[in-house]
Amino acid sequence: MNDTIKIENGVFTVPVPDGQLSEKWTNYKSHQKLVNPANKRRLDVIVVGTGLAGASAAASLGELGFNVLNFCIQDSPRRAHSIAAQGGINAAKNYQNDGDSVYRLFYDTIKGGDYRAREANVYRLAEVANDIIDQCVAQGVPFAREYGGLLDNRSFGGAQVSRTFYAKGQTGQQLLLGAYSALSRQVHKGSVKLYHRYEMLDVVLVKDKNGIERARGIIARNLVTGKLERFFAHAVVIATGGYGNVFFLSTNAMASNGSAAVQCYRKGAFFANPCFAQIHPTCIPVHGDYQSKLTLMSESLRNDGRIWVPKKKEDAEALRAGKLKPTQIKDEDRDFYLERRYPAFGNLVPRDVASRAAKERCDAGFGVNNTGLAVFLDFKYAIERLGRDAVEARYGNLFQMYEKIVDENPYETPMMIFPAIHYTMGGIWVDYELQTSIKGLFAIGEANFSDHGANRLGASALMQGLADGYFVLPYTIQNYLADQIQEPRLSTELPEFVKAEQDIKDKITRLLNIKGKRSVDSLHKELGQVMWDNVGMARTEASLKEALVRIKEIKKEFWNNVYIPGDSASMNVELEKALRLADFLDVGYLMALDGLNRNESCGGHFREEYQTEEGEALRHDDKYSYAACWQYRGEDQDPELFKEDLTYEFTVRAQRNYKS
Amino acid sequence: MEKSINIKVKVWRQAGPKVKGMFETYELNNISTDASFLEMIDILNEQLVKEHKEPVAFDHDCREGICGMCSLYINGHPHGPDQEVTTCQLHMRKFHDGQVITIEPWRSRAFPIIKDLMVDRNAYDKIIQAGGYVSVNTGGIPDANAIPIPKPKADEAMDAASCIGCGACAAACKNGSAMLFVAAKVSQLALLPQGQVERAARAKAMVAKMDELGFGNCTNTGACAAECPKSVSLIHIARLNREYLGAKFKD
Repeated sequence: MNDTIKIENGVFTVPVPDGQLSEKWTNYKSHQKLVNPANKRRLDVIVVGTGLAGASAAASLGELGFNVLNFCIQDSPRRAHSIAAQGGINAAKNYQNDGDSVYRLFYDTIKGGDYRAREANVYRLAEVANDIIDQCVAQGVPFAREYGGLLDNRSFGGAQVSRTFYAKGQTGQQLLLGAYSALSRQVHKGSVKLYHRYEMLDVVLVKDKNGIERARGIIARNLVTGKLERFFAHAVVIATGGYGNVFFLSTNAMASNGSAAVQCYRKGAFFANPCFAQIHPTCIPVHGDYQSKLTLMSESLRNDGRIWVPKKKEDAEALRAGKLKPTQIKDEDRDFYLERRYPAFGNLVPRDVASRAAKERCDAGFGVNNTGLAVFLDFKYAIERLGRDAVEARYGNLFQMYEKIVDENPYETPMMIFPAIHYTMGGIWVDYELQTSIKGLFAIGEANFSDHGANRLGASALMQGLADGYFVLPYTIQNYLADQIQEPRLSTELPEFVKAEQDIKDKITRLLNIKGKRSVDSLHKELGQVMWDNVGMARTEASLKEALVRIKEIKKEFWNNVYIPGDSASMNVELEKALRLADFLDVGYLMALDGLNRNESCGGHFREEYQTEEGEALRHDDKYSYAACWQYRGEDQDPELFKEDLTYEFTVRAQRNYKS
Repeated sequence: MEKSINIKVKVWRQAGPKVKGMFETYELNNISTDASFLEMIDILNEQLVKEHKEPVAFDHDCREGICGMCSLYINGHPHGPDQEVTTCQLHMRKFHDGQVITIEPWRSRAFPIIKDLMVDRNAYDKIIQAGGYVSVNTGGIPDANAIPIPKPKADEAMDAASCIGCGACAAACKNGSAMLFVAAKVSQLALLPQGQVERAARAKAMVAKMDELGFGNCTNTGACAAECPKSVSLIHIARLNREYLGAKFKD
């Protein structure tokens, strides 16, 4: 166990560096242990994942001189799902002279997260964000610029300043390609060895001479040959993203999964705040049961688009029946409900607030689309104000994407949007150094739980992924590795490696031998529906209890009736999906359990029992001001809950207010 | 409006890189025209799994047109008959009832088949590794606004940088040339002040690697740009030629 965790009566606090908020990271860096260049060459680090966090960490560690093994589930590191992020990346450069500062970015982030994140981590994130922008520009990332040649900014939800840097609607792509280029340079130099089309299937722990278990490697499956392979390293970094695909339909990529996190959890790592999942308000609505994923329409659209539903129920009904077109509804008959409810932030309220407001209108019978599960996002006003060309310059690729999917022209008729699962704030628990509760095992990016509390603000995922990978982990991991320089490279013939591989082999054999009647996808869809209905935008004690029962049933059905064609000794996509679904079933269960435990509403976790008279989330700081850390206790038992106490030394917690 | 169509798909099946492949024909009924092309393949695979047959292996991931993982030659066109989309964004409304749709993997010597419709595009990574970057380490970088970049240059660099590395350009080219892919990266970095220091070395290294990996030569037929799902322009190939020649003359 990570020795910074001292649990008393199930509760612990995490040590953070001394000093004022603005001094902590500087103090840490001044006093941490470092590894000298000759020793760096002798130390191996495994980085699993090549998204923004993984690629930036692997590249930076390679530059420092460590020997890096980098694993990637796709055919190339450039395909990681960070690439799909559209809108932008935040940094408190204050280039717009609109009153931004590191403190304000910190404050917006911690408030946006509904006061469920660790102050010192969030401040550090805000602090290093400026360096990210400099780094990316130096790599040749073509951010949007103004005519004077300087960088342009736009606004995102939950902020009253323009601090979001962007590259058209493809910011994630450009940032990832920047990190990928830095990574490619290290691959060329030989400091990083890349394993593409490999999937991690377990983390291997080995006891040191003092009896302390440390992460010393992984077992990964070569997805092309089907072969299981063992890899040793002095430290293991998990950068495998979030577990949103537990819902089957989400904005995540098809291969995005929560399996690496579950493997760490089964080996003893804390899984923190699993119920904190983000539902993004602006996605293209569901259209059929054959649908494989949901497509996001960037939050940046809320800079210029106005969200509305009809004021009159009869108009909503006529729209659903196809008897009326949205353009036929007069301005005075449109309810711009976000502007009405939240005058100070209007259409740019945070995602959780915007999603719930859409659900509230649809539940009340004002929803549109033939399903009644959609609201309008209208650019008519922006086109009148700015002209079509300006709107096209800002959002052209998003409009094109919408038109290709929906077959309607958003320049002429309003877009229809509805909330969808997008991001998970919960994840593997980490301390200030991004080390998990297992020594030598680190988690970065969306895979960890650290910086976004109960809700993430737009354009902050890219910020966190790159902050962790470029500027935080390359420092903090050295504080650990400095004590490992005497450790030789271990043989992967050690019994710990052999057993880990054998366990996976047994699991695969068991899965292939079930030879039941259900396809993996059909079971996954069933799980997704249970999650959406019971652990989605609004949760109740009853719905969460039902979810626990239903997930257990689906798990039983899966382990008794799944059918997987093919064998394990070659490429087998159905087997890959089955292994991931086995883990999603555990994640789903954890989410429901955590949601049931948290008797309050905060951020993305909305319990209907706990709301203000105006329908806003009602926190209970006296009872739930903690990160819920779940530790695995075996297959037949519920996990044990430990609480990381969150103390707020520098900020005053208030009811989040986006109204005035 | 949404409707359903019945179609036949002729799919290239090949169990492994060294095994002989062949076309198999499958019938699919009641496919919604609102389904994406890959969702149609999902439905086919679900059908095959139900019949206890091997599903069709194909590459795909983000399913929103940006990761570049999906591929497929559809009725003779990389990414199918629609313009400016990847296969994942192609929808069944572009096909008609009763149509026979032929689905093949990328055709290119440099992209060997792994299984069925899945190919190995590692060659593109190798070209980038040869020099498709600005050699800066993390940290110690001047302020992002220290060097102003004229907006038209930045915008043009962005257009080049839109390349998703899917491989359609090389697959479409009768010579199997990767020029559009290489040009997009060389051009992006040649347009920006950050890319100037290594400008000549980059063009030479990337072109040399492209040749070494077995990609063909460019004869300016323009099939690459016509099939590119991100509309990367031939102008970038012209710029690459200038960059490469300029670099060679300097030697």
